[in-house]
Amino acid sequence: MSADGIGAPVRRTEDLRFLTGRGNYTDDINRPGQLHAYLLRSPHAHAEIAGIDLAKAKQAPGVVAIFTGADLAADNVGGLPCGWGVKNKDGSPMAEPPHPVLAQGRVRHVGDPVAVVIAATRDQAKDASELIGVDYKMLPAAIEASDAIKPGKPQIWDAAKGNICFDWHIGEKDAVDAAFKKAAHVTRIDIVNNRLVPNAMEPRAAIGEYDRGTGEYTLYTTSQNPHVIRLLMGAFVLHLPEHKLKVVAPDVGGGFGSKIYHYAEEAIVTWASAKLGKPVKWTAERSESFISDAQGRDHVTHAELALDRDGKFLALKVSTVANLGGYLSTFAPAIPTYLYATLLAGTYTTPAIYCEVKAVFTNTVPVDAYRGAGRPEATFVVERIVEAAAHEMKLDPAELRKRNFIPKDAYPYQTPVALQYDSGDYFSTLEMAQKAADYAGFGKRREEAAKRGKLRGIGIATYIEACGIAPSAVAGALGARAGLYECAEVRVHPTGSVTVFTGTHSHGQGHETTFAQLVADKLGVPMASVEVVHGDTSKIPFGMGTYGSRSLAVGGSALVKAIEKVVNKGKKIAAHLLEASEADIEFKDGKFTVAGTDRSKAFGEIAFAAYVPHNYPIDTVEPGLDETAFYDPKNFTFPSGAHIAEVEVDRDTGIVEVVNFTAADDFGRIINPLIVEGQVHGGLGQGIGQALYENAVYDGASGQLLTGSYMDYCMPRADNMPSFQVATHTTLCTHNPLGVKGCGEAGAIGAPAAVMNAVINALGPLGITDLAMPATPERVWRAIQSQSPRRAA
Amino acid sequence: MTNTVSMTVNGKPVSGTVEPRTLLVQFLREHLGLTGTHVGCDTSQCGACVVHVDGNSVKSCTLLAVQADGATVTTIEGLANGNELHPMQAAFREHHGLQCGFCTPGMVMSAVDLANKVKNPSEHQIREWLEGNICRCTGYHNIVKAIKAGATVMQGGKT
Repeated sequence: MSADGIGAPVRRTEDLRFLTGRGNYTDDINRPGQLHAYLLRSPHAHAEIAGIDLAKAKQAPGVVAIFTGADLAADNVGGLPCGWGVKNKDGSPMAEPPHPVLAQGRVRHVGDPVAVVIAATRDQAKDASELIGVDYKMLPAAIEASDAIKPGKPQIWDAAKGNICFDWHIGEKDAVDAAFKKAAHVTRIDIVNNRLVPNAMEPRAAIGEYDRGTGEYTLYTTSQNPHVIRLLMGAFVLHLPEHKLKVVAPDVGGGFGSKIYHYAEEAIVTWASAKLGKPVKWTAERSESFISDAQGRDHVTHAELALDRDGKFLALKVSTVANLGGYLSTFAPAIPTYLYATLLAGTYTTPAIYCEVKAVFTNTVPVDAYRGAGRPEATFVVERIVEAAAHEMKLDPAELRKRNFIPKDAYPYQTPVALQYDSGDYFSTLEMAQKAADYAGFGKRREEAAKRGKLRGIGIATYIEACGIAPSAVAGALGARAGLYECAEVRVHPTGSVTVFTGTHSHGQGHETTFAQLVADKLGVPMASVEVVHGDTSKIPFGMGTYGSRSLAVGGSALVKAIEKVVNKGKKIAAHLLEASEADIEFKDGKFTVAGTDRSKAFGEIAFAAYVPHNYPIDTVEPGLDETAFYDPKNFTFPSGAHIAEVEVDRDTGIVEVVNFTAADDFGRIINPLIVEGQVHGGLGQGIGQALYENAVYDGASGQLLTGSYMDYCMPRADNMPSFQVATHTTLCTHNPLGVKGCGEAGAIGAPAAVMNAVINALGPLGITDLAMPATPERVWRAIQSQSPRRAA
Repeated sequence: MTNTVSMTVNGKPVSGTVEPRTLLVQFLREHLGLTGTHVGCDTSQCGACVVHVDGNSVKSCTLLAVQADGATVTTIEGLANGNELHPMQAAFREHHGLQCGFCTPGMVMSAVDLANKVKNPSEHQIREWLEGNICRCTGYHNIVKAIKAGATVMQGGKT
């Protein structure tokens, strides 16, 4: 292994600019003559707009223009499209109501944009927005999904009877019912997967700019996938051809899914910049992020697990109600279906599984993918019910899991819910985690904690995730309205340095380092000679962006293919220069060598020859050394692992402290272990956040988001988090050239179930067998009180 | 109504005309073009905007520009010595204490103030100190490691 090749913990290239204040985030960009946009948003969850009075606001200082939904409609601006269609049980298509850029006559959640004020400064735009008079006719609101589907509830869309977007299912119901009849034991649970606000630290921002000279539009935006935004906004919303629209996603301060989607503000600033002939900039305030960024999770689930006498799983039956919010966000329908129910086999051999999902419109902010997207929800169902079954059957939870693991010689393994796992080794990861966490020694630690008056608990979660969503044709058959391949271009310059153009996007993942490491390793050039370019549709041929832990598995595979093309062309040039047969040329460590001889040409010499083709096989080989590849994956990748949480509960205050957290994960081949560890840590932080702190709470009647700022929504702080013990065990992905699986979401998938299992384990001696996330001090304290005889005041 | 403010930022005298409501962070970002200092919230919780004012770490969204009139301000752009990273910056890189980089300037400025004030801060002290700095990427694990290492170097030790 070279110092900066595959497997080396190389320090990140991008850090230098971030550490010195030289990052270039969207809000750091200012265009000459730019105006500023401020969006007036609905303060009500559900209302008719009877009229909008702009007269006073238009007179306010600095105001250049104010636009409403009527202006966009008059200009034939389309609605925000949904990128995934799901079918009902009966094969009919889901309800797909429109998603206007600015409200058309009705608002459907607090934060729904109603008008945009454009002024010389941001403060002037904001001041003027307060002078707009909107005549709202209030309507009753439906907030909780399981409530919104009851008869007589307020109807949000005419096209969605009973507020149901779709009623979908997967699996063999008859086989599951038959298995339940044979069961020696059935475990039943009801669980809520709490709604979360993604909260990337950089608020969303967008700048639209129109060049009257060339007719070109530029959108700078905080996006995880600029090409997807160009496609959706260009084709469906503003009707602009791709070649006249450039989308730039510069440095982006975290995404976690929330910056995948095409948002209204992107279309507004782009459209308005052409209308006004000046660049238009919008930056969200954090309060706006809370009510306009797509949120995550929000499932209500009933699940039943059938087991035989020995604890072997016979069947799993799951019924979920998923909240979609007031509109369909870009990939919303895929999350509680193909990214959720297909994961319900988890790491187990459960032979029969049936899952039905009702997806529901409510008067809340739209819900879409958030770190893990469907897979944390599936893991939470599976690992909570397995834990509950172990408790009921008085079996050790680790032992029960091991009895049901898919054995490591069973791959490829076909689950009953569509997926075919290619590789894994769940015994080893669980054993590793148990050893690192000293699982065997827990009893002593519990006794010791009891002496200090603390309730100590331990909880396991194993998980499987499906990453690098693919292949395109399969995803298309399941409703995806886009391809899911990736693109890479490797441009070798005349002196041998290399620029890589990738269609994936880095917003914290460190691609500029990992991808450069990969190229350095494969081409034998110094890492410092490799530049990685991402996030600009005018530079990169195409791309689907970064989400679902796909960048290395799909984007890295495209990069390997492009590198192979470069090497193959290099061999032809080398054969000519070395007067040998192409078949005899070997490429290794940056040198093209005639096999069995010491005659060779360095990579740089070949690059130079390609651009200065004086002595060159010009009749058969084109000059230049610049190759592009597209890679469409053959299957998902299947990272897996085991997480063990240990907690202490203070019985007087209900405060839960995570005192130990161990993760043993299988991500396939690892390019940069330092970055992989960082990804795991971050996911764990968000997973622990979901389990103990975070909760998007709406008032059930008014639909106000009660947790609409960092003063109310509990973001995990440093003093809420433990130090993590992380380790990896590798089984290679069998179907991509690097053997990589992806690591971005693992922590957020395993941690919630591990922590909740630990909390419930800690409270078990008091007779508590269930508790909802987040396990806040209040909830835990109330649960403890409900079990204890009331003390005299 | 506007006011004229003057202060020393990263060792250089600067002045500008601001509205009374202009925040120090707006003055730094929008008037001086020092965009390394970030705005991550509107309730003074996240700490992405931490700078040093007269030697103390301060959330620059919590101070009006006029309140900083006459002050000495250091931002993330003023921390390194030319091309040589400040020990705290170097420690963040060495220990992978940053991912998306958005909270990083505030984290580093806050950490430098901690190291200036507390000798050999413990993990517990570091975690408590960071109460006012939110990071969504790292789970804080490597930030804590980086600050411990950076503080040791700042105090003349080796890591």
